[in-house]
Amino acid sequence: MASVMVWFVIAVILGLLIRTELMVAGPTIMEAQTYNAIFTLHGVIMIFLFVIPAIPAIFGNFFLPIQLGTDDVFFPKLNLLSWYLYMLGGLLAILSLFAEGPPDTGWTFYVPFSVSTETNVGLTVTAAFILGVSSMLTGLNFITTVHRMRMPGMKWLEIPLFTWSLYATAWVQLLATPVLSITLLLVILERVFGTGLFDPAKGGDPVLYQHLFWMYSHPAVYIMILPGMGVISEIIPVFSRKSIFGYRAIVGSSMAIAIAGSLVWAHHMFTSGMSDVAVFVFSFLTFIVAIPSAIKVFSWVSTMYKGSILMTPPLFFALCFIYLFSIGGLTGLVLGAAGTNIQVHDTHFVVAHFHFVMFGGTGFAFFAALHFWWPKMFGIMYNFRSAYIAAVLTTTGFMLHYIPMFILGITGMPRRYYDYLPQFQTGNFFAGIGAYIMVAGIFVMFINLLISFKNGKTASDDPWGGTTLEWSVPSPPPLHNFVKPPEPQGYPYDFTALVDTTSLKGAEEP
Amino acid sequence: MTITHSDHADSRAGDSVGARTGMWLFLYTEIMLFGGLFILYAAYYRIYTADFTGAGKELDMVMGALNTVILLVSSFSVAASITAIQKNSKKAAVAFLGSAILLGSIFLVNKYFEWGHKIDLGIFPNSPAMEGSSHGRVLFFNLYYTITGVHGVHIIIGMTLIAVTMIFIMLNKVTDQRYVLLENAGLYWHLVDLIWIFIFPLFYLIY
Repeated sequence: MASVMVWFVIAVILGLLIRTELMVAGPTIMEAQTYNAIFTLHGVIMIFLFVIPAIPAIFGNFFLPIQLGTDDVFFPKLNLLSWYLYMLGGLLAILSLFAEGPPDTGWTFYVPFSVSTETNVGLTVTAAFILGVSSMLTGLNFITTVHRMRMPGMKWLEIPLFTWSLYATAWVQLLATPVLSITLLLVILERVFGTGLFDPAKGGDPVLYQHLFWMYSHPAVYIMILPGMGVISEIIPVFSRKSIFGYRAIVGSSMAIAIAGSLVWAHHMFTSGMSDVAVFVFSFLTFIVAIPSAIKVFSWVSTMYKGSILMTPPLFFALCFIYLFSIGGLTGLVLGAAGTNIQVHDTHFVVAHFHFVMFGGTGFAFFAALHFWWPKMFGIMYNFRSAYIAAVLTTTGFMLHYIPMFILGITGMPRRYYDYLPQFQTGNFFAGIGAYIMVAGIFVMFINLLISFKNGKTASDDPWGGTTLEWSVPSPPPLHNFVKPPEPQGYPYDFTALVDTTSLKGAEEP
Repeated sequence: MTITHSDHADSRAGDSVGARTGMWLFLYTEIMLFGGLFILYAAYYRIYTADFTGAGKELDMVMGALNTVILLVSSFSVAASITAIQKNSKKAAVAFLGSAILLGSIFLVNKYFEWGHKIDLGIFPNSPAMEGSSHGRVLFFNLYYTITGVHGVHIIIGMTLIAVTMIFIMLNKVTDQRYVLLENAGLYWHLVDLIWIFIFPLFYLIY
């Protein structure tokens, strides 16, 4: 967990450097080449080292076995191996930043540039390859665990929603990651031996690279968001003191996202050259994916309707998630529509959109999960007031940071450019200020959580009144999770026993 | 996984179905991996059909067929070894695995001569002799090297896996009661074979 946080902080700093550079036109704190390297590394680290593994690796490994009523995942050694691979990949990625000629291709490594550039792309690609294997092994492990390690008596539709979402994610990891592996391997082979499979000079087709790349990388977007959705599906019912609305619909929509999400990759390539039929089909499929996502949002909101809502930091983050994710999702439709896509393709609109879903979505779900499960993982409770301040700062900064980017994008500012025309000055300046507020918020949040190790009150076993199995074990859980073998509880979101309890048990505001 | 909570730990250690599930999922990722390569083949075959069929005739069909037979026999060996361990005849199981490894090495030696021959003729990526060739022919041979190369790496991994299993049988860690490791090694080897069954016609037999 500490390792994921370190990568996150590094990538945040890189991101902040980018925005600082863009605050005013012209070169300010760095040269164009450095800028290219930094946004590449920001992308690679954020995606492969934070957004993809954060929730599954930290909370998944911790809570998936507990929610299933077992002591560990099915292949514990494989799990350790994937952690080593993760660290190795991360170190390689960082190393490539300091290597002779840091990579300057963007995280997509598009050919032919990634093959012809002089910089050290090989190292970064290798890092991504290793991280891919790591994520694949985690997926394999989770699927086997869910199939074979559920406690006796637990039926499929009694599995908590967080575990369900990890299960759906694991399938996507397994389905899609090998395609990325082979594609990156081909880039390496092409750089080393000149196999030329994507090189037009030798008859190869660079668009094929894009197809193979996005065949992984779009499903990867769902690898990133599905666990986040799972976290929210756990938090909302607990603090509404009400059974989740549409349990089956949420389970179904997780699987539907996993399946439909694997079929939409080419919407990244509307401007790359495709037949009109293909553009139409992919645009249509992209709209289809919006349906299960919307089902989830409606289910969360309906769960809160007429619930006894108890405001806490995790719920506050979860609400921010729903809001930011909805904006991210709706702007996604603007991009998914074949017509409007041409206007906003490769502009800051895209940047704003995916940050809304990836950061406003997965990032905030991660923060929510941190605050939700912190007392369980460490047995201590943090300061609520600082947590609220952090949440408000982060969200405000977030809006100020990314909303101007939508406007910049629509008016035509391209992404990944080092410099811009004078009319984009105002927007970029505000986005820069927003970035600083947001980073300050994240800083306050982390400090608050770290201080809780020193000053935090001891948390009880079930400080929030949650009903899933992890709240039935001591905080922090012992090595084998359960003191005595767990009892099958049937449906996991039954709050009838808790319904008179209106205040927090054992963890009142410090 | 210590003794303290042995009911769970035991259920995992004895769960050969779970171990096999994991292996099948892993095989699935391998299929996707090679799937990416076969998609490339399909796409380029469609564009350069004539070049591909022409270049395919340059490969030695006899060598390819020989290698196919070798791999099929080695697959049989691995399967026979599983039957042997079920009947608790350790020696036979080890011998069958040994022959599978031997056959795998022969396959690699054949491949070495095949590649060596082609490289002598100046057919390799970025070679000066290929510069004047048509795009389709260049791509065909580059794909040939990439796909058979990646497949060769898998053969080596498979042989290592079988060798480890062999040692485990000798150490009595794989027995007639617990032979899921052998089964998984076998599954992997069959998959590597199966991929070759697709590679062979795509490169050696196309007209």
